[in-house]
Amino acid sequence: MIKTASVNTTQLRRVVLRQSYLFPLLLLVIAVAINYALEPNFFQPAALSDNLQSFLPLMLLAAGQAIVIIGGGVDLSLGAIVSLVTVVMVHTMGSNPGVSQTAFAIALGFISGILAGALNGFCVAILRFQPIVTTFATSYVFSGLALLVMPSAGGSVPADLMNVYLSNPLGIPLTIWVIVIILLLWNLLRSTRFSRYLFAVGGQSMSAYVTGVPVSLIRFSTYVLAGLLAALSGFVLVLSTGTGDPLVGAPMTLESIVAVVLGGTRLSGGQGGITGAFIGVIILSLILNIIFFANVPSWWQTLVNGLIVLLALTGPGVVAFIRGRLSPATERLPFVRKVRS
Amino acid sequence: MNTKRLRLNPTLIALLLAVVLFIIGGLVHPGFANYFLAINILRLASFLGIVAAGQTLVIISGGEGIDLSVGSVITLGAILVYQISNGNNAMVLPALIIALAVGAAIGAINGLGITLLRIPPLVMTLGMAGVVQGLILVVTQGKLTGSTAPIMVSLISNPLVFAIPGVVLVWLILGAAMWALLERTPYGKRLFAVGVNRTTAKLSGVRVPAVLVVTYALSGILAALGGFVLLGYTQRVFLNLGSDYTLTSVAAVVVGGTILAGGQGSYFGTMAGSLVLTILTSLITTLLLPESIREIVFGAMLLLLLSFYGRQRRLRN
Repeated sequence: MIKTASVNTTQLRRVVLRQSYLFPLLLLVIAVAINYALEPNFFQPAALSDNLQSFLPLMLLAAGQAIVIIGGGVDLSLGAIVSLVTVVMVHTMGSNPGVSQTAFAIALGFISGILAGALNGFCVAILRFQPIVTTFATSYVFSGLALLVMPSAGGSVPADLMNVYLSNPLGIPLTIWVIVIILLLWNLLRSTRFSRYLFAVGGQSMSAYVTGVPVSLIRFSTYVLAGLLAALSGFVLVLSTGTGDPLVGAPMTLESIVAVVLGGTRLSGGQGGITGAFIGVIILSLILNIIFFANVPSWWQTLVNGLIVLLALTGPGVVAFIRGRLSPATERLPFVRKVRS
Repeated sequence: MNTKRLRLNPTLIALLLAVVLFIIGGLVHPGFANYFLAINILRLASFLGIVAAGQTLVIISGGEGIDLSVGSVITLGAILVYQISNGNNAMVLPALIIALAVGAAIGAINGLGITLLRIPPLVMTLGMAGVVQGLILVVTQGKLTGSTAPIMVSLISNPLVFAIPGVVLVWLILGAAMWALLERTPYGKRLFAVGVNRTTAKLSGVRVPAVLVVTYALSGILAALGGFVLLGYTQRVFLNLGSDYTLTSVAAVVVGGTILAGGQGSYFGTMAGSLVLTILTSLITTLLLPESIREIVFGAMLLLLLSFYGRQRRLRN
């Protein structure tokens, strides 16, 4: 028992230290370089801040997805939660809301996001349903609720509130504040017991359970945190578009998973981070920028995008495959090395 | 004895559920439980069932196996048949063969990425779905020209014998073929072995990569076939024709009692699962509820179904 515990912590430390952002960073540098070549004003503050403003909602969603994936799950309902949060906020605000009404609407939006996450967490962690199918089912519930609140996109948001999103506290765009604060929070979290438990649960839930980690509670909290971040993502969307839209989040779910994986987080759990997820979203968005600026014929754009994304997703695998072919045969025991209990 | 019972139960539960749902439909909405509506439900279920056949194989193969590219392959298959046959009966067979070949190729690439490059299936097939979406736009250039050959309509969706449309017969034949494939062929034995434990399968001489590539290729073929039969029903194509089938096919497999962890399951379960989901959808539709309530009810019912047997084992055991 004691032996398992000590082995587990050293293993844990290795997993935590082995944050392989190398490949994502390389991709990021390439994407930025090509972007800069095609769009010379890319590094101008206005353009940068414009870009980041449009990336932020997906970045927040990918951060939530990353936490769930690190904990060994996956959440297919996050996009639906975003939609739900936007319509709840905008619908509650109504027209010409006062300050208290606005605050109430925002709070209600966040509460619905957290409750949605709690429902996912309850089903997956406490009732032990399979994450993929469960969150697929709840995505119907959430998007149905969103349609119930507001059957179509619309509403309006006080101009003062929308100006908040465009503001520059201390001369730095709010977007950057949000990103920096979340990264700081994440790094603070990394030194807590919660984070060690989180990585343990995702990596080896059995050993984590045996060593006394509250597995169910940790799993539950990952979905709640993801719900909270999805609510934040929805809030940002409301601020930037000024409307609530019951369908806005639908395409974001799978994008968030792709971004998390691009950022070097493995779907098998127990490894990765929010920093990588942010990098993943920026890479994904820059690829779209590049295709737009490179004058790819319009009917080919989706294919080119799909191929580049697929290439980026398979990149680490290709590198490992080539390395495996070049190394002596004794090191090539793929299935023995890959066994997961 | 014990394993036998475990394997049989989910199928029976799902079938029972299908019957109960159907009876509830008849009680709530007189006219729901008549012969022609029943046939129509069977027809709709067979589209889902054909696609979910590939998904069943992939999920049995284990290693977090899942195929998220089926939706786009359905659409691509339907569009290829639509454009190549262009309403000409004689061109239907060649068009079908081309569509199936393209589906097989896409599936095989999925399988190669998953085995050789060790990309997780969810990531590989998700990435492939994006590529196939792109292929669809390149093939069509945004113009969905073509038409459905009359022979497809009469063979697939119009009544053939006893008012039963051809696609239902195709589905029944597929059911028998899938049973034989899983239970009576070396491939089936190997597939289950790979799904239970890849290392032991490899050590006992199973060529794991080959089995996986074949499995994903079969999933691609079945998705393309799904697109073909769906076209015979809708008679026209659109760019997201198949997208609803991606995760619904996974749900049908799970409702049918196949465990997502792999190594266990049956196609009869999936068939029952497809029936359950289709009856559920039809029932919700006939109640004339608004879209929002329909989605909520569908999601809640799916959660309820999962509570019967979609649960994972306790860590304590």
